Amino acid sequence: MADAVLTQTADKESWFHRNQQAIAPWLFLAPGILFFAVYVIAPVFQSFNLSLYEWDGLGQAEYVGLRNYEDLYWEFADRDAFYTSMKNNVIWLLMYLLAIPAGLFIALFLNQTVRGIRLYKSLFFFPFVISQVVVGLVFTWFYDPTFGLLNAMLGFVGMGPLNVMGNEHLVTYGIIFAGLWPQTAYCMILYLTGLNAVDPEQIEAGRLDGAKGLRMLWYIILPQLRPATFIAFVVTIIGSLRSFDLISIMTGGGPFGSSRVLAYYMFEVALSEYGFRMGYGAAIAVVLFLIMMCFITYFLWSMYREERGR
Amino acid sequence: MFPTPIEKQSQGAQIAYKTMLPIALLMWLGPLLAVALFSIKPEADFVNANYWGMPSTFEGAANYGKVFFGSDMPRYLLNSFLITVPTVIGAVALSSMTGFALGVYKFRANLWIFFMFVAGNFVPFQILMVPVRDLTLELGLYNTKTGLVLFHIAFQTGFCTLFMRNFIRALPFELIEAARVEGVAEWKIFWYVVLPLMKPALAALAVLIFTFIWNDYFWAVVLTQGIESQPVTAGITSFNAQFRAAYHLMSAGSIVAALPPVAMFFLMQKHFIAGLTLGAVK
Repeated sequence: MADAVLTQTADKESWFHRNQQAIAPWLFLAPGILFFAVYVIAPVFQSFNLSLYEWDGLGQAEYVGLRNYEDLYWEFADRDAFYTSMKNNVIWLLMYLLAIPAGLFIALFLNQTVRGIRLYKSLFFFPFVISQVVVGLVFTWFYDPTFGLLNAMLGFVGMGPLNVMGNEHLVTYGIIFAGLWPQTAYCMILYLTGLNAVDPEQIEAGRLDGAKGLRMLWYIILPQLRPATFIAFVVTIIGSLRSFDLISIMTGGGPFGSSRVLAYYMFEVALSEYGFRMGYGAAIAVVLFLIMMCFITYFLWSMYREERGR
Repeated sequence: MFPTPIEKQSQGAQIAYKTMLPIALLMWLGPLLAVALFSIKPEADFVNANYWGMPSTFEGAANYGKVFFGSDMPRYLLNSFLITVPTVIGAVALSSMTGFALGVYKFRANLWIFFMFVAGNFVPFQILMVPVRDLTLELGLYNTKTGLVLFHIAFQTGFCTLFMRNFIRALPFELIEAARVEGVAEWKIFWYVVLPLMKPALAALAVLIFTFIWNDYFWAVVLTQGIESQPVTAGITSFNAQFRAAYHLMSAGSIVAALPPVAMFFLMQKHFIAGLTLGAVK
């Protein structure tokens, strides 16, 4: 009897031992996958499901099929809040990309070896480290019509006070400008690292061939900065579509909802004092998700090709 | 080096460059310096519309003293620490294991699981918002630091796994093979062979996640609402409501709220930048 138990445990151990390399990865993955599945993967599907219901967050959810999406369509066709948010999202996306050339420009400016340059690089990177909430506050005061730095400067050259945050045509650009500040810093640090690794022999060869300035940058430097540019694109595009903090801090979507983007509009619909329309909010989130999914798929596809290439 | 090192250029260019540098920096940090200036001014300066001149009296100590001893700011700062530190530990612990599994073992689902983590990391927060809020409510963790920490750990695991896996891929695989030939158990390989080699990655991730979580605003608003659990990013709006129109105090409060990640960055600069720019160089 005792013998049988012994051989059995020995068997068991050897089974684990034999298959250790097949089982081990799953044991290592289990806690991470569990957390990720519960808090990230499942909620995506739950939101898809929820977008088919009308729900105030407390009572009974009522199935309404695609009606939330129909409402979105009419809000779009009538140039309502949803249209404004979409339009602003496109503006954000396009304007935010300016962070990439701006970051490259500053990186080229700072890629020197004079004394104290390391401190300069750190200080230029500074805006990325502070929270968007503080960036938002800083720029709200920067734009303030009575005491803001912007109007102090405008007044200096004799131009009238400009209320950027109160002007529905300027407000989105004003917020994006604030967002470009940390984003440019991020792109700058990516390019500084990239420039550090540029092959000096190729530069010398280029110099011998008479390449200078912009031609050198375009034909010799930029191709070598491809990996940095790729990451800059990924983080900038994702960052632009995620814009929420700055809008919430600087304008709360105003004036008259003219600075909303999808991310902010969704929050407003689902969780703010304007009403708890969870299903409708989920429908907005699904639209935003699908837009982002286009980019995510492209990024993953690029990564996949590279993995295969190894 | 590109562009051409300035030392190899004319004297004039060198002088021009060295004068441009501080001017460019002043312009770049202008809005922030303005807030720093506000934060040491007395209230009277704002009443008398002396916004941009020298402070009539230097009130830095009084303003910052008010932030630390006359407001809820210390409580919000403490909350931020109590949310950020456990998240860093949890996310780094989970992802060093997932990163190890995806970086070392070859199995069919490997790349797909990896892509699941990467894709999840890019998802918009809004699509998670309602379900995560409901889940947190059901667990009885709404408006608690624990609720926020659990979500942050889960979400950050995506980015951390990407980071760890790529780092482990770059380690010499022969080390692991040698250990296997010796008959070392897999978890011992993880603990005694790979983990010690991952120290730079662990440090880089720790500072990055610290900054990300400290600066989080969206989830703080969605999952917490009171002084007992709100971190400083969300708390600063209540702070500003309390001191409405007291710009000298609001400025000082903003500076205080921004400080910890800045300090972290300057202390751990090398790791921070190594982390952010992973993959920017082949």
